[in-house]
Amino acid sequence: MHSLLFYLFSFLAVAGGILLVAFRNPVSSALSMVLSFVGLAGLFIGLNAYFVGIVQILVYAGAIMVLFVFIIMLLDLNNEEKVKFRSSTVVLGIVIPLCLALQILGVIQSQDTKEFQPITEETLAAAAESFPEDGAIHKSLAHEKTPKLPDTNLIGQQIFTHYNFPLQVIGALLLVATIGVVVLSKRTAKTRPTDS
Amino acid sequence: METTLLIAAAIKIGVFLGVTLTLVSVCVIFERRFSAIIQDRVGPNRTMIPLSILGFKKDLALPIGGLTQPMADGLKFILKEDFTPSYVRKAFFWLAPCMTMVPALITMAVVPFGSPIEFGDLVIPMAVADLNVGPLFIFAIASLSVYGITLAGWSSNSKYPFFGGVRSCAQMISYEIALGLSVIPVLMMFGTLNLGHIVEYQANNGWLLLPFWGEGLTAERWWMLIPLVVSFFIFTTSIFAETNRTPFDLPECETELVGGYHTEYSSMKFALFFLGEYAAMIIGSALIVTLFFGGWSIGFGIDGLLPTGAWWVSLLHVGCFLTKVTVFILFFILVRWTVPRFRYDQLMNLGWIVFFEAALINVFIAALILAVPHIGYLAFGVCLAILLVITGVLFAIAKSAIHAPKEGTV
Repeated sequence: MHSLLFYLFSFLAVAGGILLVAFRNPVSSALSMVLSFVGLAGLFIGLNAYFVGIVQILVYAGAIMVLFVFIIMLLDLNNEEKVKFRSSTVVLGIVIPLCLALQILGVIQSQDTKEFQPITEETLAAAAESFPEDGAIHKSLAHEKTPKLPDTNLIGQQIFTHYNFPLQVIGALLLVATIGVVVLSKRTAKTRPTDS
Repeated sequence: METTLLIAAAIKIGVFLGVTLTLVSVCVIFERRFSAIIQDRVGPNRTMIPLSILGFKKDLALPIGGLTQPMADGLKFILKEDFTPSYVRKAFFWLAPCMTMVPALITMAVVPFGSPIEFGDLVIPMAVADLNVGPLFIFAIASLSVYGITLAGWSSNSKYPFFGGVRSCAQMISYEIALGLSVIPVLMMFGTLNLGHIVEYQANNGWLLLPFWGEGLTAERWWMLIPLVVSFFIFTTSIFAETNRTPFDLPECETELVGGYHTEYSSMKFALFFLGEYAAMIIGSALIVTLFFGGWSIGFGIDGLLPTGAWWVSLLHVGCFLTKVTVFILFFILVRWTVPRFRYDQLMNLGWIVFFEAALINVFIAALILAVPHIGYLAFGVCLAILLVITGVLFAIAKSAIHAPKEGTV
């Protein structure tokens, strides 16, 4: 059952990716990217990472791609012309994904992955030992009737204890970027010749 | 055990989908009758079952005050000609109505309709999927319904639908931010994203906005009412904007855009847009009821007296939930026929300048109140003072932004 769903969602993700490149119409491409994101979200949820899966849909499919579609429609783009590929772009297109693949391989090689443990009541209860007893994580892991993996709480705990400083830095970075965008767009609005 | 759960899930999907679709069609008759009452008309109250076309002497009139009207409406939609203009982009034109209707129905999966039923050792929650990320799931799937309306506008390939599509796209993106931010104080208060747990907590400790029993009588809960009422106001208004209901129905504003994004649609494809709007309204009401008004709980401590897990208690709770949802649907309709439509710049100002900032400040106020037991009153006072100064500055900036002369804008 689970592996069937895995293949279904992997197929969706890969098919979306291929269609994104294959379609000549920009709106079709954008929508196939949405399909790909939905497939990815399904894969995340299959891995018990509900929060990541839902955020995948909420942020990428629901917000970013909507903006893409919005811009494509406003600009009224026509179908892509078939272009001849230059050899340099083809080489770059091969080299950059290869670098990424090598890096991922390196990370997987150096990572000390613990032995796979299926999520059962025993493993959840064992995992609950390492968390404070009055916390929400412990309560959810060691629940009498329906123990569950509290993935949202775990992500929150990780971010706000181990990675608190990087989080603040990213927040400041995003704020600066937002202000920069506003300032830049305002400047062009003022220098534009006004209508009579 | 696995098969029992699967069967239960299948039954739940069937029943809840049936209930939602029935509610959608009932909403239509509610809308028509209620608007008629407001405008001092009679409204559709005498639809009969046309037995005369089958050769009987008289049509059959059931004494249920026009409740057969939805059947007649539906039949009319199905029997009308389904006309597709020659200039539309066909694939998207067909895809768009599905993409408005389907997300609204999927979101119903995480809403707890009633208290869990216990069969021996087995606890069956009365939601199709008892997820730990309930509200986020609803926001995520609901945000996909933007595509339906936008694609409808674009694929129709004519001016007015296109304007409607662009408007709705901008409007829904804008109000999603206010929607997401306004619900944060509520989630901080509960400390969980599981809608089932949220409702259970409210059943034992007072509804969020009516904390009259259990732990709801503590001072902290009553102080929390300040940010929570603001939350409720912003959340409800944003739901109105997200569902494209008056006073925010700019995408289908008939005085400017003929019919908006569904101008080129006819027959059942138009009906799907129409029903999608009502389905979104129902899920909106269900979410408001679940988060702020105790979901399925009867309230006032009565839930604690009832036996847990009995099937009749669960049914009672389902009835209670549907009653509350219906009340909110009536509220939606009442607002539609009372408040005139906003202008487009007013809509954007309200979303970006008023609600966004208000929701953000609201989050900080809620956090401060929740932090009082940990940081003491002195730190609370200092933080509150800083927050007030920031609020004042923001207010001044916002005011100048709204009244700024529009030089250089296109």
